[in-house]
Amino acid sequence: MSVSRSDVTQIAQLARLTIADEALDDVTDRFSRILTLVDQLQQVPTEGVEPMSNPHDMTQRLRSDEVTEVNQREALQTVAPEVEQGYFLVPRVID
Amino acid sequence: MNWEVVMGLEVHLQLATRSKIFSGAANHFGAEPNVQACAIDLGMPGMLPVLNEQAVRFAVMFGLGIGAEIGKRSVFDRKNYFYPDLPKGYQVSQFFEPIVGAGVFDIPMPDGSLFPVRITRAHLEEDAGKSVHDAFAGQTGIDLNRAGTPLLEIVTEPDFRTAEQAVAYLKALHSLVTYLGISDGNMAEGSMRCDINISLRPEGQDTFGTRTEIKNVNSFRFVERAIAVEVERQRDILEDGGHIVQETRLFDAENNETRSMRSKEVANDYRYFPEPDLLPVIIDDETIEQIRQTLPELPNDKRNRLIHDYGLGDYDAALLVDSRALADYFEAAAALCGEPKLVANWMLGDLSAALNRADIGIEQCPVTPVALAGLIQRISDNTLSSKLAKQVFEGIWQGQGSADDIIEQRGLKQVSDTGALEGMIDEVIAKNPDQVAQYRAADDNKRKKLSGFFVGQIMKASKGQANPQMVNELLLKKLAG
Amino acid sequence: MTSELHERSALELSRALQEREISSVELTTALLQRIRARDDALNSVITVTEEQALKEAQAADALLARGEAGPLTGVPLLHKDIFCTQGVRTSCASRMLDNFIPPYDATVVSKLRAAGTVSLGKTNMDEFAMGSSNETSYYGPCHNPWDLDRVPGGSSGGSAAAVAAGFAPLATGTDTGGSIRQPAALCGITGLKPTYGRVSRLGIIAFASSLDQAGPMTRSVADAALMLNAMCGVDAGDSTSADVPTPNFLDALSGDIQGLRIGIPKQYFSADLNPRVATQIHQALGELTARGALLVDIDLPHTHQGIATYYVIAPAEASANLSRFDGVRFGYRCDNPQDLTDLYQRSRSEGFGEEVQRRILVGTYALSAGFYDAYFKKAQQVRRIISNDFKQAFESCDVIAGPAAPGVAFKIGDKTSDPLAMYMEDVYTLSVNLAGLPGMSIPAGQVDGLPIGLQLIGRPFDEATLLRVGHLFQESTDWHLQRPALGASQ
Repeated sequence: MSVSRSDVTQIAQLARLTIADEALDDVTDRFSRILTLVDQLQQVPTEGVEPMSNPHDMTQRLRSDEVTEVNQREALQTVAPEVEQGYFLVPRVID
Repeated sequence: MNWEVVMGLEVHLQLATRSKIFSGAANHFGAEPNVQACAIDLGMPGMLPVLNEQAVRFAVMFGLGIGAEIGKRSVFDRKNYFYPDLPKGYQVSQFFEPIVGAGVFDIPMPDGSLFPVRITRAHLEEDAGKSVHDAFAGQTGIDLNRAGTPLLEIVTEPDFRTAEQAVAYLKALHSLVTYLGISDGNMAEGSMRCDINISLRPEGQDTFGTRTEIKNVNSFRFVERAIAVEVERQRDILEDGGHIVQETRLFDAENNETRSMRSKEVANDYRYFPEPDLLPVIIDDETIEQIRQTLPELPNDKRNRLIHDYGLGDYDAALLVDSRALADYFEAAAALCGEPKLVANWMLGDLSAALNRADIGIEQCPVTPVALAGLIQRISDNTLSSKLAKQVFEGIWQGQGSADDIIEQRGLKQVSDTGALEGMIDEVIAKNPDQVAQYRAADDNKRKKLSGFFVGQIMKASKGQANPQMVNELLLKKLAG
Repeated sequence: MTSELHERSALELSRALQEREISSVELTTALLQRIRARDDALNSVITVTEEQALKEAQAADALLARGEAGPLTGVPLLHKDIFCTQGVRTSCASRMLDNFIPPYDATVVSKLRAAGTVSLGKTNMDEFAMGSSNETSYYGPCHNPWDLDRVPGGSSGGSAAAVAAGFAPLATGTDTGGSIRQPAALCGITGLKPTYGRVSRLGIIAFASSLDQAGPMTRSVADAALMLNAMCGVDAGDSTSADVPTPNFLDALSGDIQGLRIGIPKQYFSADLNPRVATQIHQALGELTARGALLVDIDLPHTHQGIATYYVIAPAEASANLSRFDGVRFGYRCDNPQDLTDLYQRSRSEGFGEEVQRRILVGTYALSAGFYDAYFKKAQQVRRIISNDFKQAFESCDVIAGPAAPGVAFKIGDKTSDPLAMYMEDVYTLSVNLAGLPGMSIPAGQVDGLPIGLQLIGRPFDEATLLRVGHLFQESTDWHLQRPALGASQ
């Protein structure tokens, strides 16, 4: 299956990526070739096969409801691009 | 044309766990920004979620509380979208296999009837953080303290036709979750948040109209108002021959309108898929039974019991079970004085009025169940008239002691002595010969009205302490001549 | 006569340290010096933590002096730059994390530190572990020490090259589709990908959560056993780490392979395989039959569809895992974002390299409305079929053997223009990740002076059998002792 340039642009938008106009053809072409590869999946009959999300049939362990973390704001925010008064800052968001 | 309103509700309930759903950070509010957001809550590289046992337990308690199917196997999924208050770029939620399946929740309506609401499902998920828009010039501040707070999202079928039903549902839900102790259910503080899906269709039509979703409705009162304005908006559009746009709208309480949310304009494609960092949650029958054993008596059961055991009316019973504390108060006072109906009347009358005036809950009530029972005992043994009882109640409220203390201090005993009452009645009759003549000349109907005059005079003479019932009896005899 | 420090195995160094024949500081200093002198040519190490390494070595020496040392105390190692290291930049070889200094350690890092190892630094890799050649690194390609014009494989190419070059006896790697085994094969070292869940993923920057697994990269199977002992174990912080018994893997090294059934999947010897590599693999298998093992033909019929399956599931999981890199809380942020969308799009487009962006796109597509069933769900179904193929195969054999890669190390630049050719590098390894099985590559021959790897695949949590077979092989062969010339030997 192949994709169009506009498909790729739309997917990029969903993934919050931008593709430069001059790269779009190339990206679309490679994208289509990968899709051709993954389309080999369609050769395998899978009716009634339970999808497998994890390699082992293990189940979730539960954590007891205890507070184990202390305030680490200072340490965690040392790697933040922009912080003021303890807040992470981003360009103004309009609701 | 007559329009039928069709509504379904989605409630996001914050669960009252100590720590977050996937991390050991504290789950409470009011702290400085980002001090309760640990590396997991911030979605730092390499961090992984570990599921909080109590959140699972609370979800099961809710499911059992509404008699829903419990998902013995439930699975977490990632809901993918970008927003600055969503640290990982996905919300861990349950899409394909929720922990609580279908159930029916019976809602008591003000007329005493029960309105069954079909619950579609309820699932666990993590809350997002908060954006602060006004504190920084041209920028938005992000506080992730709330990120990772456990939420139970409770989804109903489109069963609501009126705002009254929607509000009754939310009140019953509030009552249920506080009984269960799984949430404080505080709408104003965002512990219980409601989205309303709303559409109109011509009466008699089977198919649904296009719906809008109203967000940010954070009080019972706002629910009514938001529904009213949105119904009006949609009706105007439809009656003008227009079409409803399926969209998310925000209720603006200040301007009393709903408006389209620009940030949600781009159609989202959430790309749900099973969260690979978590494994299926398996709950066996034994665990479900164990949890069932720990459930307290729930509002609907309690209401039925109050009706049957105490002979209360449907409506009074429904009001009394609104909160566990209120119901407990009632049962304590009723047991002490043996007068459940009087207790109910006082609680729903003077006591609740006083609480409202003081703007406090039953938990902070200065009149204890023991004190109220003491007061009611003095009413039922005729020591106090209802008028005097109100004065005594006021005294108890103000901390002047028990009913007996106040009666003693103020000499407020009701006069029930026949001799003393006859003396007062004779005096009043003697002082008002004209009225007596008028009375005696009147027919039965008029006599009833005229007797009020005498009762008033006698009560005045007794400083309110005369037993009104006895006064009535004795007076009628004497007036009859 | 003792060999040079940089040529000795970790077990040999451990013995020398315990016997106070050398100190950890001496050893650490020598290896740091070797890295400084020779890594310009290889580019296998992104960050050298000299000061910290010497401190750790001093501490190790103190423990050794007090006789409180464990088998790894004072032994130097390198960490793939995907493991978070507190206070040390952890870049994932991406511009996105070029400035990222984690305030925490990965569980594997703290476990190895607790075992007394000395960390020399962080190794080069494919960006976010996406690649099979180490060419997608933001810090430039890493070179294969056997031939500097060739790739070391990937994504753990830096770890493989560094271990082969004698920069450290041990290095950590991660393997999502072959990222430990393929570079181990191409650099002539031993690389073990444990069973999914054997080693904690906490603190490892995620590529594909249901496939990622960390493991040892060493110069011998015995060293891999030693290192795995310190790395493995259930972690309360990783829900997918398995609560299973952890044997002493060094004990697994003894014992024979008499009557052991080795399954040979015919699909691993198809036209994709370089015939000269095939010949070497058959010779290696001959060594094992000579020690009493039996070869059994097995069928892994969906080997080829494994590539398609993998290239849906891995990118899909990655597309979500990499959403957190948004320029808000950590990592790269573009200059002067105009608005929120601009902040997201430019930070991500400028911060991620081409291959990473390609996989995010593919993964986003596979999960998007209308394609979920045809791609993601379908791939998860085929994944179960592939896992069942292995289960069935293990009914007639105890271990599976075949090549780790279809060829030898290729020239830098040869496959960069064709992602599909690159993806083929992992044809024999990625099904093992899909099924969550343990897999190991050990040096098993050379073609034109370039090493090739024999891959052994085991039942879930049966690393012990892989180690036993591998160790026996290394007792009777010396492929693992071959060293790249790397200029004049000292």
